[in-house]
Amino acid sequence: MSGETDSGKQERHFVVPIKQVPDMDEVKFDREEGRIDRSSAGTEPNPFDLNALEEAVRLKEELGGSITVISMGPPQAESTLKDALARGADRAILLTDKAFAGADTWATSLTLAAVVEKISPFDMIFCGEKTIDGDTGQVGPEIAELLNIPHIAYVSEVLERNDSNLVVETDVWNRTYTKRLNFPGLITVTKDVNEPRLPSFKDKMEAKKATIEEWGMEEISDIYTEEEVGLNGSKTMVNQIEVAPEVEREGELFRGDIDEAIIKLVDRLEEEGILRDTA
Amino acid sequence: MTENATDIWVFAEQNEGDIHPVTYELLGKGRELAEKLDADLCAVLMTPEETDTEELIYRGADKVYITVDPIFDSPTESVFKNNLIDLAEKEDPEIILMGATNFGRSLAPRVAAALKTGLTADCTGLEATDDGEFVQIRPAFTGNVLAHICTSSTPKMSTVRYGEFDKAERDPERTGEVVRVDAKTEEDEEIEILEKSAEQEINLEGAQVVVSGGRGLKDANDFEIIENCADLFKGEVGSSRPLVDEGWIDREHQVGYSGKRVRPEAYFACGISGASQHLAGIKDSDIIIAINSDPSAPIFNVADYGIVGDLYDVIPKLIEEVKKRK
Repeated sequence: MSGETDSGKQERHFVVPIKQVPDMDEVKFDREEGRIDRSSAGTEPNPFDLNALEEAVRLKEELGGSITVISMGPPQAESTLKDALARGADRAILLTDKAFAGADTWATSLTLAAVVEKISPFDMIFCGEKTIDGDTGQVGPEIAELLNIPHIAYVSEVLERNDSNLVVETDVWNRTYTKRLNFPGLITVTKDVNEPRLPSFKDKMEAKKATIEEWGMEEISDIYTEEEVGLNGSKTMVNQIEVAPEVEREGELFRGDIDEAIIKLVDRLEEEGILRDTA
Repeated sequence: MTENATDIWVFAEQNEGDIHPVTYELLGKGRELAEKLDADLCAVLMTPEETDTEELIYRGADKVYITVDPIFDSPTESVFKNNLIDLAEKEDPEIILMGATNFGRSLAPRVAAALKTGLTADCTGLEATDDGEFVQIRPAFTGNVLAHICTSSTPKMSTVRYGEFDKAERDPERTGEVVRVDAKTEEDEEIEILEKSAEQEINLEGAQVVVSGGRGLKDANDFEIIENCADLFKGEVGSSRPLVDEGWIDREHQVGYSGKRVRPEAYFACGISGASQHLAGIKDSDIIIAINSDPSAPIFNVADYGIVGDLYDVIPKLIEEVKKRK
């Protein structure tokens, strides 16, 4: 049976940090007021994190063990963790505390790394390559550095799932590199790595009833103080928000006479010097 | 504060000895900042073989730190990180700029975390205020707003995408100092490189013209039409995500949010409906030309030039007209 290991050997443990993000297509933006309204937008698990979770589930299927998902956010992020449980995670921790609010990538990574230390040992951490709202891609590698473990970013395929390592492909330096990464390590995955399975109805129902562990400052207070996390601990500060200039596009649409449309288009390309530059 | 406290560093990313062109763009912006902040601009190069450092000086560097060792022949983050943080701890730079290439975006956060400092990703603007504050500007919320970000720790670190800033002017009269640095040659025991593919020929991010095909194509072989058009403009071939997923074309051609973000002078979207994930990758193009038989395709909302028509009809005619004028 999966999960059982040789005597004295720790059961495999995989960790997946997940972020609940706004549905970006629904975030309203008031150009006049320069205000962002996230409240009208629904939320979803960061899509790249679902690829990371799917990869963890596949490794668990191969090697046995368990998966812990961690999310830092408001109490509502519980729904994202329940979704993760339905998709194959075994334990879910919601990090929610006023002290964690306003964290930049440094403070976020620091807090997540502290939690991983608390639930150690672990074999692999799986992260999405980035989140669709913050769009930085920094948290995965920062966690790896803070935990002093190796990482491989932008993994587009997992070729081998071995007992003590993964063999993966990653695009870097204008080539595709095949690398072996020993446990314990961290990978960040792209959308190409897999197609996340949808949870079954039964799993969803069970996850609904599951308890999500809530952790706050208290649970990590032996590692960090309030001054070191959230906005207080952040190293970068947003000090101004500027409305991005609207890109003006002329938006000429040609229907019907294609020959005429092409002549006008090529006139424009000629005018812009594109024909000359590429001659 | 040490005497180097105002130095601005540009991490000169090299790929198997070749300096990545984003380096020269960072030097251009770095030079501007250095003038404003009265700082020295330094390029930091870790390379497997002796590399010509003069070009870095011609492009604006006052000083080049060069470390030569075969260990820099592969993209192993920990090796570069160990060398970079060692040098940064000794020299105490104020700012470190890195290219937001896949390698840079993987290395920079490790370096920032090791130095316990802030890092701002994908800056589209870097400025120095009159009172010497370094301001990083990056788009947020799908580009609707620009966030101005300041870093309270040092070094202040930023990554910048390739193609964001203009390349530094080349001045062969410029002189600068070259400092040789000993390598820390400790290998990464936990990561082993087993194989590397042939080099990808395609350079979507730096292309002046990109011609992309989408679902309007009826057969994988029909990418030839797209390629003919791209060749005519000495451009690159792009693709929307569905065709990559279908296996019609290699992933490195994918344009969009989860693929490559392009900013050519002219972007041709042929038979592409314009899903938001694709639009996110093309919005910085100078001119967007859309060819699609469906007049209600969302791509027409962002196009400067929309032609409602069958790409199999329009593209050959376009090629003919361009050839006539050349």
